[in-house]
Amino acid sequence: MPPEMLLLAALDGLAYGSLIFLVAVGLSLIFGVLGIVNVAHGSFYAIGAYVAAASVLALGAAGLPTWLAFPALLASAALVGILLGGLTEALLLRRIYGKEEVLQLIVTFAVFMILEDAQKVVFGVQPYFANAPMNWLGTVEVFGIFYTGYQLILMPLVALAVLLGLRFFLRRTSFGRAIVAVTQDREAATAMGIDATRVYLITFIIGASLAALGGALASATTSLTPGIGAGTLVLSFAVAATAGLGRIEGAAVAALLIGLGRSAAVYFAPEFDVLIPYLIMMVVLLIRPQGLFSTVQTRKV
Amino acid sequence: MARQLVFGLALTAALAVFPLFSPWSTVILTVALCEGLAALGIMVLLRAGQVSFGHGLFFSFSAYAVAFLAAARFGHEALVLIPLGMAASGLLAALVGLFVVRYRAIFFGMLNLAISMVFFSLLEKLFPITGGADGKRVPRPTFAGIEFGREQFELATFYLTLLLCIVAALFVARYLLSPGGKALEAIKSNETRLEYLGVSPRKVLYGAYLLSGLLAGLGGAIIALVSGHVTPELAYWVRSGEFVFIAILGGIGGVAGPFLGALMFQIIRGYAAVHAPETWHAVLGIMLLVIIFFAPAGLYGIVAGRKREEGGR
Amino acid sequence: MKTMKLATAALAGALLAGSALAQDKPKELVVGIATFLSGPASVFGVPGRNAADLLIEEINAKGGVLGVPLKPVYVDEGAGTNQLLSEYRRVVQEQGAQVMLGAISSGSCNALAPVAEDLKVVNVMWDCGTQTIFEDGKWKYSVRTQAHAGAEMMATLLYLMKVKPDFKSVAVVNQDYAWGRESWALLQAGLKALKPDVKVVAELFPKFGAPDFSTEITRLSALRPDVVISTSWGGDLDTFVQQAAARGLLKQSTFVLPLAESSLERLGNVLPEGVIVGSRGDHYWLHPKHKNTPDMQAFVKKYKDKTGVYPIYPTFHMQQALTGLQKAYEKAGAAAGGKWPSREQVIAAFEGLEFKSLTGTITIRQDHQGLEDQLLGTTRRVPDYPFAVYDKMALYPGKLVTTPIGEKSLDWFAKVKPDLVTDKSIETFDYAK
Repeated sequence: MPPEMLLLAALDGLAYGSLIFLVAVGLSLIFGVLGIVNVAHGSFYAIGAYVAAASVLALGAAGLPTWLAFPALLASAALVGILLGGLTEALLLRRIYGKEEVLQLIVTFAVFMILEDAQKVVFGVQPYFANAPMNWLGTVEVFGIFYTGYQLILMPLVALAVLLGLRFFLRRTSFGRAIVAVTQDREAATAMGIDATRVYLITFIIGASLAALGGALASATTSLTPGIGAGTLVLSFAVAATAGLGRIEGAAVAALLIGLGRSAAVYFAPEFDVLIPYLIMMVVLLIRPQGLFSTVQTRKV
Repeated sequence: MARQLVFGLALTAALAVFPLFSPWSTVILTVALCEGLAALGIMVLLRAGQVSFGHGLFFSFSAYAVAFLAAARFGHEALVLIPLGMAASGLLAALVGLFVVRYRAIFFGMLNLAISMVFFSLLEKLFPITGGADGKRVPRPTFAGIEFGREQFELATFYLTLLLCIVAALFVARYLLSPGGKALEAIKSNETRLEYLGVSPRKVLYGAYLLSGLLAGLGGAIIALVSGHVTPELAYWVRSGEFVFIAILGGIGGVAGPFLGALMFQIIRGYAAVHAPETWHAVLGIMLLVIIFFAPAGLYGIVAGRKREEGGR
Repeated sequence: MKTMKLATAALAGALLAGSALAQDKPKELVVGIATFLSGPASVFGVPGRNAADLLIEEINAKGGVLGVPLKPVYVDEGAGTNQLLSEYRRVVQEQGAQVMLGAISSGSCNALAPVAEDLKVVNVMWDCGTQTIFEDGKWKYSVRTQAHAGAEMMATLLYLMKVKPDFKSVAVVNQDYAWGRESWALLQAGLKALKPDVKVVAELFPKFGAPDFSTEITRLSALRPDVVISTSWGGDLDTFVQQAAARGLLKQSTFVLPLAESSLERLGNVLPEGVIVGSRGDHYWLHPKHKNTPDMQAFVKKYKDKTGVYPIYPTFHMQQALTGLQKAYEKAGAAAGGKWPSREQVIAAFEGLEFKSLTGTITIRQDHQGLEDQLLGTTRRVPDYPFAVYDKMALYPGKLVTTPIGEKSLDWFAKVKPDLVTDKSIETFDYAK
């Protein structure tokens, strides 16, 4: 195997890891703040993808320029996050924060089941795709192999922007700090005048929007079919758990690890590529149950 | 306890006569009982406040064990295959339990999920051995040495399953009243206190985990025989989620709860499959939300008319 | 225990009485249809159901089967095999289905065949592909109204040899499940026999439903095989083709996509010219011989009006299953002297049955396997449609490419002779408006 193949494999892993990171970091954020493992996250991803694809196709049909698709992707993600995420939090989750973890998990599981079917009713079962944004960005040649600029450059850039943006938001803005405060000690934060209800709502919306953004970005490169939500969900579980739930930078490292592991597997042991994420997660959890980047009592977020 | 017994008896009697009037229901009821067994295992863990999103592992492990044994014509006898399948899952639970009982809450759930997904992926990947996503056929074995036709085999299996469910339910009910069972509740409420009492929470949870793995294994072994086919889907996380779903739907207040939940689950699914074949997931999801928000003690709570002892943490 | 045995005996008796010989006409003929209504394979299942609704309405408007209207009951294959099996039983036992159409995936088909024997119900395998069903087992109550993977892959292989005889290396990217594995095993055996010097440079089996093929495509770009084969379908095929096209791979290698007919319209302008495509049979709504027949035009119009898209192969498979069923009932009814035939008489009538489909003639062999022609072509862009169409078509007679009775496809592929490529019974056509 020539050494440049290693680099090529790494490039594929980078693009793939970026996408999982976007979904996993939303999951991780929600857990860090609300303490809920959100099973409906997979549906937010899927519906984000469908809405984005539909709006990109609508733009194309209206004869508008292709670059408009990029703001459309962002807008679709925000729309899905605010509408679906907001409603889920405000109508359902808000009523069960005091209850057992199991119930919270089950409520999001129920939402997942409902949204999976809703998506099928609205968008149908035929594969759906809108590849205009990917083709518009053209290809990049590396060692004689063509990569799409969309996957090789745009996706990692978006992932990096989300990572830096979240860090800045949580550390430097007052609302971000309020989120961190609520995470560490809800009662003390409330006593100091922070509106915890609002913090929960907005965090959930941000998390859901990130899942939808992952979906929106994926919609340009992949066909959307029923069931894409379930597959992505388990993968992002694996990333979030490997990193340590609630760890944002950790999620980036874990996503990269799993992305690289998978693409290395396609070269060296193609039979095992699907096993890689779960194996990594299992091994990490067995050795470091709190995940790679958590210590038991450390602050989350 | 008396109330539970009366209720259990009524449920058993109703189940015992039903297939005689509507033969088509035999297999569906058997499937429901199998899922009820797995949910009973989940209920035991829920008593300790732990939830496993990976019990499809034990369910599918015994089902595949039965499929391989039956295909190899080794002990081609239902009464041998069922205990063997169950024992296989018991062994696996004994092994997996060594690791997972060290974790609590979400980590416990996650680790179970991870292990079951590894097994699921292996079942799909190892095509030459497991038949991949298409699964394996399970030839119909003899039953107590007799080669039954289809209907007789289904009926016999149903009554055997019903009997095993009663035994399992009574055993779990006794276990929950035993010191080990009482200690489970303590893991949920205050684990440190348990340690001060000189009881090892890990040992307590290990026992419960083993029991829950055996119960799921029993259900899986029977389902392999009665449906005559096993697929990796038995190990998928959605299937594991359904067990938790059933346990919550039925309520964890009494051992009849999971079976009640499983029956209701099959009824809703069957009904939805006829009237809304494309949206039966959503119907189930809505049902689940209704139960959680309006009847948190589950169906058993409604029927038994008792409030769940403790809702919050 | 004694009462239980008595009850069992009584039950068995009652059930047996229900399936006696020729009976009075029922009010309706309940037809259970197992098809994917959920999950990724619903890209085939839902078109199949749409076609069934449309065709059954048509049959009933013309008086039904032997004067009895059909009533479809759908069962979701996507719910998982175990759930499918209990639903299938329920539809037969509770809803009284006399005929079942099952199913699409080879996993379901293999699981359903023994259940149909148990239930003694006529089981028409309306879209099953796996050749192993009638090669490894004998099923009295099951029948297949179309070709199997053996015929489909043989025709694909012959077509590839005909249009690109000089290729030296080949790579395969198939979905990781029975179909992907078995279809490649067949092609590989045939390649070894026809072109022993060809090099297989990569065998990739990405997960079913994989959202990303970037790594696979990078590997293929580096390996530069002359031919890339993929028997994938649905969303997987669309994703693979899209990502490969965006990265220039479709121009670098000749792609062989035996199931691409079902994706042509969706892929629109993504699929370039020069790709080898097929449709698991001779169906194609622009079939060179049958596109202008009144039946075909009426079907395409009705289907397009109802669903907004052109019909794809599962709709034709459904048409074959329902037509075959109708003809078998008519044949059995005539043999029973105008009485309503029993299930056994119906299944017997299938043997040797010959009937017209929208694109050719189907013959059911003694082993219950259907003989169906195979149509392959190479994509071409024309101004008439916003998507690729078949050109340089070759029509392979079912008899030529189907494994003979009593032989196993894998063995038969291993001894295929090159003169089959140029057999005189193969018809060829170019695209014509």
